[in-house]
Amino acid sequence: MTTMFTPDHEWINIEDHEAAVVGITLHAQDALGDIVFVDLPEVGKTYKQGEVAGVVESVKAAADLYMPVEGEVVEVNEALRADPSLANSDPMGNGWFFKVHVTHMEQFDELMDPPAYDKLLKNL
Amino acid sequence: MTAAEPLLRTPLYDLHVSLGAKMVPFANYEMPVNYPGGIIAEHKHCRSAAALFDVSHMGQLRLVGAGAAAALETLVPMDIVDLGAHKQRYALFTNAAGGILDDLMITVRGNDLLLIVNAACKAADMRHLMTHIGHRCQVVPLPERSLLALQGPGAARALAKLEPRVAELVFMTGGEFKLAGADCYVTRSGYTGEDGFEISVPAEEATSLAKALLADPAVAPAGLGARDTLRLEAGLCLYGHDIDERTTPVEAGLSWSIQKVRRPGGARAGHYPGAAAIEAQLASGATIKRVGLLGLERIPVREGATIADRKGHKLGRVTSGTLSPGLNKPIAMAYLAANHALPNHEVHADVRGKAQPMRVAAMPFVPHRYHRG
Repeated sequence: MTTMFTPDHEWINIEDHEAAVVGITLHAQDALGDIVFVDLPEVGKTYKQGEVAGVVESVKAAADLYMPVEGEVVEVNEALRADPSLANSDPMGNGWFFKVHVTHMEQFDELMDPPAYDKLLKNL
Repeated sequence: MTAAEPLLRTPLYDLHVSLGAKMVPFANYEMPVNYPGGIIAEHKHCRSAAALFDVSHMGQLRLVGAGAAAALETLVPMDIVDLGAHKQRYALFTNAAGGILDDLMITVRGNDLLLIVNAACKAADMRHLMTHIGHRCQVVPLPERSLLALQGPGAARALAKLEPRVAELVFMTGGEFKLAGADCYVTRSGYTGEDGFEISVPAEEATSLAKALLADPAVAPAGLGARDTLRLEAGLCLYGHDIDERTTPVEAGLSWSIQKVRRPGGARAGHYPGAAAIEAQLASGATIKRVGLLGLERIPVREGATIADRKGHKLGRVTSGTLSPGLNKPIAMAYLAANHALPNHEVHADVRGKAQPMRVAAMPFVPHRYHRG
């Protein structure tokens, strides 16, 4: 099981060969503060890599969520929609956003691995 | 790209950092936006107990001289001459068109007037005062003083532990008190809608006073994030957003702040910048009005969102908005065409291309709980 990261502070985890799980990082939720609303992508719709696939709103700001890799959204986290604070309390777990069927595995492989993402955070 | 000015720090900077604050640039200062508990927790703590805010970035200045009150009345449409000793008043600097240059608090003290102005406006306000009334009174900036705000239903009890006599103050009055060894000027006022105090304290004693207040388990630090959600729930304007040089007091719904004595027919009517424009609007109304909006769905509606009617005709623009931590619903302020600024009128806010239903609502969104004695 590998988790990769984007420069926009999303994570993506290849669960199995069918779908990858996408969420926002610990750093992202910390930067946003108390999350009060999430706009999730449409199930069944295919998004390009880098396309806006959702919005995260905290008390003080709104931030776009970008698609880490091209693919079809196969499931969204309805529990997160009902309780957006899950993205604060458990961003890498129960606060996941959606699952995507990855079209091009090479896009996944080119994302940042954990050491590369840690390095990015250190240089912020 | 030009080199950015280094950010200023208040005397409480080290305390903020030691408390784990997230520091952000605000009006040329590095200020705490929130502490580790987060904005919502700080907001709720202020509504239920007491929150301590560092507002030392705001400008404090004194007007000294026998003619200071009369001179100041040439710049604000408020009654200052008849304001009693240690009474405080909300005021507005206006421009020739009737627009608002800044909003401020004025307190009549023993030997001077104390003015508290917005951080982003303080240099311009200082120049404005020097230019127009500098020959009639002394205009003295007070950079050597810090400002703390202690707000919430537990504020009076917490402050009384340091000095029991503060309990005698009522809303919009002030007095001199020794707090934790520091010579302070305390007013019973604030910008959260709660009972509370603003404390002008010598800069070198600000940290020890803040620590003395934070030693009370009822008191928790709160940052600018909570200050913004609290003032928005209280229906209070944020300068540069809800009011500015292009909005008049009448359009902003601040006509209440203009006392009778300064209105047509009053003993000291007019004779302030923009009097003609403001008097005309007082008589026949303004074409736009600041209103409160309550969201019917959960999506926050923020500054800049366009407001339209059911058919999509533009009615106005949101000037501040958030998800209310107290109501758990979106709240906003907006300027609307006056014929749509009606209670319960349903409008639509454009959020990322989707129309979100909202209703014109009375402000404050959350009732004020001032201590009027």
